[in-house]
Amino acid sequence: MTTLEVRDLVKEFTLRSGLRRSTLRAVHKVTFTLVPGRTVAVVGASGSGKSTVARMIARLEKPTSGTITALGPDGEPVRDRAYRDHVQMVFQDPFASLNPFHSIEHHLARPLLLHGRAEGREEVREQAAQLLERVNLPTALMDRRPHELSGGQRQRVAIARALAPGAQVIVADEPVSMLDVSSRLGVLNLLARLQQEDRLAVLYITHDLATARHFSDDILVMNRGRIVERGPADAVILDPHHPYTRTLAAAAPNPELRGRLRSAEPEPKAATDRDHLTYDHDAGRWIDIDADQPAAA
Amino acid sequence: MTTQLPLPDGLADLPPGAPGTTAPPSGRRTGWRAVLPTWTPKLAIGLGLVAAVALFGLLGPLLAGDPNTIRNIGLTGPSGDHWLGTTQTGQDVLDQLTRATRGSLQIGLFVGVLATALSALVGVVGGYAGGLVDEAFSLLSNVMLVIPGLPLVIVISGFVPAEQRGSWTVVLVLALTGWASAARVLRAQTLSVRNRDYVAAAKVAGEKPWRVICVEILPNLLPVLASQFVFSVVAAILSEAGLSFLGLGASNSSTLGTMLYFAQNGFALQRDAWWWFVPPGLIIAALGCGLALVNLSLDEIINPRLRRPGRRRNTPEKADRSPNHAVRSTAA
Repeated sequence: MTTLEVRDLVKEFTLRSGLRRSTLRAVHKVTFTLVPGRTVAVVGASGSGKSTVARMIARLEKPTSGTITALGPDGEPVRDRAYRDHVQMVFQDPFASLNPFHSIEHHLARPLLLHGRAEGREEVREQAAQLLERVNLPTALMDRRPHELSGGQRQRVAIARALAPGAQVIVADEPVSMLDVSSRLGVLNLLARLQQEDRLAVLYITHDLATARHFSDDILVMNRGRIVERGPADAVILDPHHPYTRTLAAAAPNPELRGRLRSAEPEPKAATDRDHLTYDHDAGRWIDIDADQPAAA
Repeated sequence: MTTQLPLPDGLADLPPGAPGTTAPPSGRRTGWRAVLPTWTPKLAIGLGLVAAVALFGLLGPLLAGDPNTIRNIGLTGPSGDHWLGTTQTGQDVLDQLTRATRGSLQIGLFVGVLATALSALVGVVGGYAGGLVDEAFSLLSNVMLVIPGLPLVIVISGFVPAEQRGSWTVVLVLALTGWASAARVLRAQTLSVRNRDYVAAAKVAGEKPWRVICVEILPNLLPVLASQFVFSVVAAILSEAGLSFLGLGASNSSTLGTMLYFAQNGFALQRDAWWWFVPPGLIIAALGCGLALVNLSLDEIINPRLRRPGRRRNTPEKADRSPNHAVRSTAA
């Protein structure tokens, strides 16, 4: 069982226009912990920094500051070389995340070989077949190429690839946003089932509040690089405190309001002085992450 | 993920082969098949020309006599004994032509392989690594691009003494001056491929950089590589012919260029001995034309917009656009 601790994660990108340079802070002091058997959802608009968090956890980007530590079953930090045995990622676009040149078997065999899960052709094929079965795909797909599969099937292959090294922490970066509505639920249920079977720690990145509420235990709401609200899923969705979360919640279609005038809905509050604060539902108060002390409520 | 939503009927995991599970047949072709161009008249003519010239160069020397035999029938026109006539010193032009074609093809092939390997190294590694390596490699290929090719080749070839100027010298010189533009094309394509998600996924899986380049990126560059290879073969054959014509070619080999060089030295043009200089010129033209046509077909893979619609055999007829049209097509 692996726990992932993320502390004060900051990512800055350098922007160059001509000779001028400026820095863009994409992620500002993000802190959370992924625990085995629990799903944490990160919700936010495009550009809020949630994918950057995912890429940093997958070690595709280097954090500007802050730490990401994977703690093994013994509670000791995982060493650098073993990090990828523990933490894997599922990408957003299943049409881009599988190499069109290679067969499905290649995509599963490489991580199996790299992480020493299997040796020799026979064993690799056997294990790859098992992985396909775990994600509800027929083993006959093994010799197919990605373009012969549907979006949902490809995303299942991508999930199988993430499981191949025996990862205990899965970062799913909007795993269903590129899929047909009809196959979304199947992929999400698959993730939920695998998580229960293996007691995985899952970071579920999405902009869909409804699936975040259904499939996750905790929700972090991100806006402009900051976590603006955090807490148990139901509390965040049903009792939003931060103005941004309220806007998000209000943007979700509400069947009960059907037919009424839009202006009848309560207008979400305009930006306030609380924009830079974080509301923590567990603590029940506002927190100023820059000041390291509780803010006045 | 503690809750599982019930799936509506019919959306549950469908058994393999059930309708809806397989992807709709798309126009995108992948894997090895993507490397092969579609069969078009352009490609057929190109391949035919190249194959004919290659066969001529490959099998011709086995059937032909000694091209260096000197006879006392100088500069006679085509006849039953000598199909393409003789040179000033009575050598058979056809015999010479077979040897020369083989020599030109050899040099073209070697230069093509070398130049493509060099450009792949500089372009792909630079594009993937980025940063200082990329800057250095880019600078190198830009400098090579700016230097005018043929004058440099002439200077280098002139610098090497004639007796040491074997075909390998010529191959090396041509390869070193001909890789730069291909490297730039490959770099641009690598920059596009290296940011795709499957490359990121390979990194997350823990692949080493050289494996990411060779196994994940390079196969997807194959169409570009193939096209650049064909292009550098054409360029090599033409510049080798140019060099030899100027008397700067390999001293001990016979190529189409050396044939033209000797024809010019023997005043073939002034003496109306067309059989001496037209055949080598035609072979160069046929080879260049064929390889260029093959290259154009390869370009269609890289840039699908060049593909003309309606070429594919299984394009569904647009009969249902208007009732009138449908009636007409059924009547026809």
